[in-house]
Amino acid sequence: MTNQNQTPASKMPEVETVPTAWQRFKDTHIWNSFIKDRVAQISLTIFMGYVIMALFAPVIAPFDPYDPTQMDIMNSELPPSWDEEMGEEQFWLGTDAQGRDLWSTILYGTRISLTIGICAVLLQATIGIIVGLIAGYRGGRVDSILMRFADVQLSFSTMMVAIVVLAIFQASFGTELYQDLAMVMLILVIGIAEWPQYARTIRASVLAEKKKEYIDAARVMGLGQIRIMFRHILPNTLSPILVISTVQVANAIISEASLSFLGLGMPVSQPSLGSLISSGFEYIFSGAWWITVIPGVVLVVLVLVMNLLGDWLRDVLNPKLYKG
Amino acid sequence: MTDQNTMKTTETDQIQVSESLVQIRGLYKKFNISGDFLDQLKFKGGKIVREQEFVHAINGVDLDIKKGEALCVVGESGCGKSTVARTVMGLLTPSAGTISYRGERIDDLDDKQLLSYRKKMQMIFQNPYASLNPRMTIAQTLEEPVTVHNPDWTARQVRDKVHEAMFSVGIDPSWGERFAHEFSGGQRQRISIARALAVDPEFIVADEPISALDVSIQAQVLNLLMDAQEKRNLTYLFITHDLSVVEHFGTRVAVMYLGSLCELAATKTLFAKPRHPYTQALMSAIPRLEDDRPQHIKLQGEVPTPVNLPSGCVFHGRCPYANERCKQEIPQLITTDEGGQVACHGVAEGRI
Repeated sequence: MTNQNQTPASKMPEVETVPTAWQRFKDTHIWNSFIKDRVAQISLTIFMGYVIMALFAPVIAPFDPYDPTQMDIMNSELPPSWDEEMGEEQFWLGTDAQGRDLWSTILYGTRISLTIGICAVLLQATIGIIVGLIAGYRGGRVDSILMRFADVQLSFSTMMVAIVVLAIFQASFGTELYQDLAMVMLILVIGIAEWPQYARTIRASVLAEKKKEYIDAARVMGLGQIRIMFRHILPNTLSPILVISTVQVANAIISEASLSFLGLGMPVSQPSLGSLISSGFEYIFSGAWWITVIPGVVLVVLVLVMNLLGDWLRDVLNPKLYKG
Repeated sequence: MTDQNTMKTTETDQIQVSESLVQIRGLYKKFNISGDFLDQLKFKGGKIVREQEFVHAINGVDLDIKKGEALCVVGESGCGKSTVARTVMGLLTPSAGTISYRGERIDDLDDKQLLSYRKKMQMIFQNPYASLNPRMTIAQTLEEPVTVHNPDWTARQVRDKVHEAMFSVGIDPSWGERFAHEFSGGQRQRISIARALAVDPEFIVADEPISALDVSIQAQVLNLLMDAQEKRNLTYLFITHDLSVVEHFGTRVAVMYLGSLCELAATKTLFAKPRHPYTQALMSAIPRLEDDRPQHIKLQGEVPTPVNLPSGCVFHGRCPYANERCKQEIPQLITTDEGGQVACHGVAEGRI
């Protein structure tokens, strides 16, 4: 008997080093697929560029677009610096209608757009994960009730809910208070309107996971329901969460931009990419195309790389496409 | 039916309460398969009626598991062996009947009240590939039950306990940093056994613990389980359909057919002299290297569906000895001369 007990130990080589987390990661499918996929590499590089732009906006930007003393109305609507007739060296992407440096404004705008996108998705994910886990794990009547709530929420389009809520808020509390709270309101509205996406995805994975024996094992151990849900089931549903998160951040940024374009988003004094596009729209036929087009390109590229990353991640994490 | 059972329960309770660790009395479990409320509504004869269908997985099982024994439950797939195991562990709630541990009823307790019993009762699962959480390292998997049941232990005490459990099943504690997918099936099953042993249980339910393993590994794991039983004075409820394992491992054997207990006897007795016609057929199916082995008994037909149970004895449709009484009356367990118990009218009447 003792002999048999030792067999598995002797099968292993004598000097046994446990791989570090980084070594383990380098062996994973996700890393191997990443180093082969050019699109994913480029997308991630561009996305990281955006993140650095957003994080270090105050350092990179030559002007502070929130500081009225740095604005000069005489500088308004200057074209980008490569325009030899009108362009000025210090404003390389030109200026907007108030004489703000467009490059600085875009940096700060990217920061606002990304913040709103990520915070809204965090809110969606928190609500969605909790609801999805409970619905999937408890099942039965709890599941039916929670999922009907999700269906009701899904039947209203995000934009409609957002427009109604924001318009009512603006009308009842005045534009001034609204301008102070615009960012929080946008995060709340976009976050609350889209949680069913998460709840449904998580519920589906929970239903698959909870049939597995390790959940029975955890129950037999006497673990509490909450511990089983968050420590055992949730880590096993992370791949779909990761995939929808990338797509949802892009969606939230688009929603924010659309709302800002409609005048229900960020105020002109603190422009996001969407409100910049909107503010430049009035001048597009007077020849000042850059106020709209440049932030537009920045926004489109940001959303595009996020969607490409999401697509890549979905393919990598989909076991049906996994080719070893 | 239930009335009869409760009457019998009180009688048998008094006799066997002293020696049995786990008592199962009049256990029934049915699963609803008719979907939700709207699916259940049917239009019949001009009226809307609600129809429900059930799978009768366990139909009145009485079983005593004695301290220190290895009680093997055998039977073909779908006969309710695993359902019995899961009901005993509280993973399923019985539709009727009781389960007691050391004389205390445990089937109606909630999670908190069950916690102290969870420490004494553990389970080993069939599929070692699914029974370990793929996102947790082995050390995390093994530490979790120890910390849950001993919340006031220091990290060092927990680690020592886990190392002891790992040593006792022959896995190197340095493997703790690894994940389950880095191990082979046999190693994983050892890890599951270590997880069960880590809380020092006295009763272990093993639901086909070696069915998913390679034949060469089966013997290792089986010996490991027997070794643990000897050292720790464990009691097993061992679910299997491998009769040679039963012969090697079991103290007593319970034979199940379609959710009912047919025969319960000491392993030697059962293998030497099976009484129930179904057990006889089962025993004759074991491949043997003998020239003069008895004729292989061929049963006619299929196992009936557990949705519409046959009347009377569940085995009557395939039993060569069945008569009119077998078709109408459900047989109760009776004690035989050899000390075993058989549920068969034929044996009771002395026909078989």
